[in-house]
Amino acid sequence: MMRRQIPLALCFIFGVFMTIQYFIPHHTIADMQERVLMWLQTLLAFAFLLGTVSLIKLHYHKIRNRADDRGYSFVALTGLVTMMALGFFHPQHNLPGSPFSLMFLNVQVPIEATMFSLLAFYIASAAFRAFRARTLEATLLLVAACIVMLGRVPIGDMIHEGIPQATRWILEVPNLASKRGVMIGVGLGMMATSLKIILGIERAWMGGGD
Amino acid sequence: MSWAEKVLQIDRRWIFLAIAIAVTIPFFLPLGLPVVITPPVQSLYDAVDELEPNAAPLLLSIDYAPATLPELEPMSMAILRHCFAKDVNVVVMTLHPAGYGLAERAVLNAAEEYDAVYGEDFAFLGFQPGVSAVILGMGINIRNVFPADAYGAPVDDLPVLQGVRNYDDIPLVISLAGWSAAEAWVYYAHQPYRQTVGAGVTAVMATDFYPYLDAGQLVGLLGGMRGAAEYEGLIQRPDQGVRGMDSQSVIHLLIIVLIAIGNAAYFISRRKKTP
Repeated sequence: MMRRQIPLALCFIFGVFMTIQYFIPHHTIADMQERVLMWLQTLLAFAFLLGTVSLIKLHYHKIRNRADDRGYSFVALTGLVTMMALGFFHPQHNLPGSPFSLMFLNVQVPIEATMFSLLAFYIASAAFRAFRARTLEATLLLVAACIVMLGRVPIGDMIHEGIPQATRWILEVPNLASKRGVMIGVGLGMMATSLKIILGIERAWMGGGD
Repeated sequence: MSWAEKVLQIDRRWIFLAIAIAVTIPFFLPLGLPVVITPPVQSLYDAVDELEPNAAPLLLSIDYAPATLPELEPMSMAILRHCFAKDVNVVVMTLHPAGYGLAERAVLNAAEEYDAVYGEDFAFLGFQPGVSAVILGMGINIRNVFPADAYGAPVDDLPVLQGVRNYDDIPLVISLAGWSAAEAWVYYAHQPYRQTVGAGVTAVMATDFYPYLDAGQLVGLLGGMRGAAEYEGLIQRPDQGVRGMDSQSVIHLLIIVLIAIGNAAYFISRRKKTP
């Protein structure tokens, strides 16, 4: 029972405190907030540790159980161990030009940039195959997308000066209005969910499916 | 099978090839298309340009990972060049663990071009976990969050941070992010502390930031490679952003042509099927 009530009580106390501290401009509250924020940063640092342990466990089990895709797990663990070793044991690991830095800039950066760049190819292919003016809404979306795509590149300025103006109008009027509506809705939803968590109504964050 | 149906069933590898050619050729044969400056970019440029030389530093939060590097690194280089050319002090940090190496590379490369001195003209604070806690904590005291710079030197030993305690001593924060970090700066630095914040984000994210821009919560906005190209134009130092604009122009045009062909073929094939 205590295993559930203590986290709930802590959640309530800190949730209420961090909410009301916005409205109390007193140095005592500010000092307490400062302290809580430092605790929070320390706690968040442990999330990295948790993630690393979880990653190692997952891939270790895949290799141990001889899963079909264990080759990828081996590559992942090798990369992890190599980078950790270079980070922890190289005396100048945090200086520019260190092996850690060189590995990051010459291996991870090109790999990630390449993965993201592939999107251009898939977007073009998907646009060709799926972007159809089947309905009025789809046609409006298609026309707006084409105007914005042209208006955000210099060639749009060259084709007609009205294209960048239309792009600005789309971004600053219909886009702005719809984004505001969505943001207000999301904000209210976040407030409601936060209140439910602080008051202990929503308990899924503790796990165990209560 | 009619020609329209053949077009609709074209092997997607032909589209990939067309995209690859369209991206590559402008890098070898630049079109030199002029880039028109838009108000959000001009506002951010003006905010940086109004900073006093050798005084309170600009805080540049390089919050992007390698995936969004091509769009956002040109922005960081342009802003850093603008600052160093005007002798505006800069403090660089990151909220993204993968941003450490990228932030360091950007600031050191830009500093080398202008012979900026580490510690006096700029500093690199590195990475700290906990986005909201970091931003809120810096509003109270930067030393609580970053007691030392990325290389272990105490912040108090860095002349560029002398007299800088919290946001009261920082005239402008700019976040360059490919995720929600730029929004976090609005939520946790602008709203509670009234810190002036500017942002540079990827093109797909830019539409999300117009409400903040319109409400005055952002002083300016760079959207995608176009934003970087405009900033490069303003500082009269064309580089990756301007070069990328030619490729992006051709690609956007190609995608529009593909959409038009796809739709034409679709409707023609559908009409032929209808008795």
